[in-house]
Amino acid sequence: MLCQECQERQATLHFTKIINGEKTEFHICDVCAKDKGEYFPGSNSFSIHQLLSGLLDVDHPVSKANEGFAQQKAQLRCSSCGMTYQQFADIGRFGCSNCYKRFNEKLDPIFKRIHSGNAKHAGKIPKRKGKDLHIHKEIRRLKEQMQQYISKEEFEQAAEIRDEIRSLEKKLNEKREG
Amino acid sequence: MMSLQNFISEAISPWMKNEGPDADIVLSSRIRLARNIDNTPFPITASKEKHEEIIEIARSKFSKHSHKRFGTLELLKMDDMKKNEKRVLVEKHLISPNLSDESKAGAVLLSEDESLSIMVNEEDHFRIQVLLSGFQLDHGLRYANEIDDWMEDRLDFAFEEKRGYLTSCPTNVGTGLRASVMMHLPALVITRQMNRILPAINQLGLVVRGIYGEGSEALGNLFQISNQMTLGKSEDDIVDDLRSVVVQLIQQERAARETLLQQSKLQMEDRVYRSYGILSYSRTMESKEATQRLSDVRLGIDMGLITDISGSILNELMILTQPGFLQQYAGEILSSEQRDQRRATLIRERLKLEENN
Repeated sequence: MLCQECQERQATLHFTKIINGEKTEFHICDVCAKDKGEYFPGSNSFSIHQLLSGLLDVDHPVSKANEGFAQQKAQLRCSSCGMTYQQFADIGRFGCSNCYKRFNEKLDPIFKRIHSGNAKHAGKIPKRKGKDLHIHKEIRRLKEQMQQYISKEEFEQAAEIRDEIRSLEKKLNEKREG
Repeated sequence: MMSLQNFISEAISPWMKNEGPDADIVLSSRIRLARNIDNTPFPITASKEKHEEIIEIARSKFSKHSHKRFGTLELLKMDDMKKNEKRVLVEKHLISPNLSDESKAGAVLLSEDESLSIMVNEEDHFRIQVLLSGFQLDHGLRYANEIDDWMEDRLDFAFEEKRGYLTSCPTNVGTGLRASVMMHLPALVITRQMNRILPAINQLGLVVRGIYGEGSEALGNLFQISNQMTLGKSEDDIVDDLRSVVVQLIQQERAARETLLQQSKLQMEDRVYRSYGILSYSRTMESKEATQRLSDVRLGIDMGLITDISGSILNELMILTQPGFLQQYAGEILSSEQRDQRRATLIRERLKLEENN
């Protein structure tokens, strides 16, 4: 049988793909299989995402036996792009940056497995966004401090801090518009 | 038809010229940074309109402003290109097969000297790639960082303090950095040391794969070595770790070449000259054989056994004898038999150019 891709060489790989009950037969030679590595089993370049999806299903089989667990997992859904955690686990890719927030509590073990025990960034920080991050941090700190003054009824100090927060927030807005 | 000399001078990128440091062993160094635009769905979930918007951002913000190091970038849209034109870019390692065949509204921003390419709408919105000849990971990282800063002056990237740069695939999150080198390690393969070295490299958190072929059976004795983890280490540390392994490999390969020269000079001469002869006179040749013979000849040049050809021949012909390039040179689509014939002819003609020089 000739390879159905190139119609030139002898087909050496024969297999059947079943997706959603739809059956497709493939007869291809190993040269074409190599070209199409990602899609054909038995060829060299096995897709990284296939490997990953096994890894991303980190929940223990024991907990899977729990009633309603599968449902709960399916319900974990990113509000921005609509991707569910199950979909993420299946394809091995996030749909948008908000998925990182939505699935956050499940990500530490996954990242640790992929990145030799690391789950926290230690590299470059973008200049502009980096500055914003520091300002946000400072605002959070000042707000806590303000609450402490308010609870101690030291309103004068609280008002001073409020002004400081306002000027920082103004700075953030100016940068965004500029 | 274009003359071979003109075709080659137009076809080869600077990274194939065999000019960088340690270029006898490290053919090229590559730095890649994965970046996404803030508050924008990744290509996998983005709508058609969004894909177009991202292309428009690439055009208006990056192809219209000249960069101080890389000059003006040209935007090439995959949908506007012929299949073989895309294939040539893949063979030159300027775009991924995925961008060429699978992406929706994929595009690439290319610098004139082709040392910088920025893929648009691949797995991530942007993939910055700097590709340099020889062992130049430091320069690569510095240039890629410059481009990253330059882009960030014009838009906000998706970034979180805890996770770093957010990418579509969890294997790229954090730095988004993949640093890699392409190495020619024939003496380590001939002396059967590669099988011992490969697992050790893997244990250091690096990935080794054959450029053509698999694992230790790598065709043409060409290996790509890259970092696996992208999260939890700084960019400099990632590159330092890779560099220290590459330095070791260079030393080992040089030592193995020295041993071969001392202990089996005649056998080595015989091996490289046989391959030289076959390349010089064959009338048809499959890419697998071409890759292996070219590796032999290159080793012969680097060991000083063959003195009448230039060392860049492996880098050049490895790329120029790929199917896409053969078809571009022929100006038509070729069957695999035709390609094998053209490949043998091109190699013969290329070797003749050397004699004339």
